[in-house]
Amino acid sequence: MREEFVFQGWRRPDGRMGIRNHCLVLATVACAAGVVREVGRRLPTVVAVEHAHGCGRGGPDLGLQIKTLAGLVQNPNVGAAVLVGLGCEVVSAALLKGALARSGKPVETVVIQQAGGSRKAADQAEALARRLLGELEDLPRESGAAADLMVGLECGGSDTFSGLTANPAVGEAADRLVELGGTVILAETTEMIGALGPLLKLAESEEVAARLKAKVERQEARAREILGPLADAVLAPGNVESGLTTIAEKSLGCIAKGGSSPILEVVDYGDRPSRKGLVVMDTPGYDIESMAGMAAAGTQAILFTTGRGTPAGFPAVPVIKISSNSELFEAMSDDIDLDAGTILAGKTTRQVGDEILDLLLRVVRGQETRAEINGQAVFAIAQEGPAF
Amino acid sequence: MAVLGIRAHVRDNVAVVAADVQAGDVVRLADGSEVQAVEAIPRGSKVALDPIACGEAVVRYGEEIGRATKDIAAGEYVHTHNLAGKR
Repeated sequence: MREEFVFQGWRRPDGRMGIRNHCLVLATVACAAGVVREVGRRLPTVVAVEHAHGCGRGGPDLGLQIKTLAGLVQNPNVGAAVLVGLGCEVVSAALLKGALARSGKPVETVVIQQAGGSRKAADQAEALARRLLGELEDLPRESGAAADLMVGLECGGSDTFSGLTANPAVGEAADRLVELGGTVILAETTEMIGALGPLLKLAESEEVAARLKAKVERQEARAREILGPLADAVLAPGNVESGLTTIAEKSLGCIAKGGSSPILEVVDYGDRPSRKGLVVMDTPGYDIESMAGMAAAGTQAILFTTGRGTPAGFPAVPVIKISSNSELFEAMSDDIDLDAGTILAGKTTRQVGDEILDLLLRVVRGQETRAEINGQAVFAIAQEGPAF
Repeated sequence: MAVLGIRAHVRDNVAVVAADVQAGDVVRLADGSEVQAVEAIPRGSKVALDPIACGEAVVRYGEEIGRATKDIAAGEYVHTHNLAGKR
């Protein structure tokens, strides 16, 4: 990296730095989704987020929902938020606003049952969002550096080349970002099953190693309990078609994304790391839920590798798509930002790692990713138990 | 015809083929070593570089990805029909 890794961003009240300056319009419960969608239609510049959560679950899941929704509002790419609730749900607008009291961000609430129905609630939310958008425009920018960045790593729709091209190239970029003082989150515990050997060698201390081992073994035990003899095939059909066989083979390719820095910490889903460097987060392998955990912790951008091709992005957080093979890059060029399949044609992993870091810097400086341009923001929260 | 085979680690006893392979094709690794395919292998799948006896480890990335469920000859296609993870 020849030029310096610096950018102009937005410093939030908690000190973290945003690379985007979004106004979030967030449903606190599934029942508010229609109102949030309507506000999004009226004001395309807001980030409108609807989901299937907010009620009808047991305690641990509701805790995860509150933590993740609050974390999304606290994500440094979000400057202000309008929370839209229904009125009789568990995760109400008032409850969520209370959880955000110390964030220092402007947060407004609208409650559909109090507003007099969905049309009036949409009118209220639209007016609040217009005012917040205006306030955000006036926020001054400040200079930020790599140490202000937390970047999440994700792979979805892996193929047999993912572990040879895109993932090791992302690993190179991750190593460089950590050298520059940044933070990188390696997630997807399901995709660490069978790959504990090389991962434990990276653990900074025995305590980190023990925690990592416990997380991966717990996920493996759950997979065996629920999937029985099929546990070893925690692979989507597309993975197997592409030439992958066992979960260990997929996992060993997946963990290459983390690079070779020491693992400093293992955090729970949605929790904010306390250290800067390579950190592991306990998330499912399911991309959308995994990205939500990392976004709630404050990742400002996500590097996402794919072999089969997925269009998925994430609300308020730019997702950079990296293909593992050039055929995919050509077939889905509207969805993929960078091709690591060039490694099969002779480029080195290091060269492509540098390309990824360069692209990350451009995105941090404001260049839109394919997923941002395509409006491919999707959101879901990891859950432990059944719905009631 | 020679097809590129990619071995991720020197300890690996399988390599990934970068293009579709027909029986009789030569799979050539970056270090110049070769193995002749004894059957068709689809692009992205694995070819055995050495004989792997039933029950022995199949190694990719320098790590065990599973065990052979039958004897595998060098040059054979390695996939879910002859490789399985730990039970």
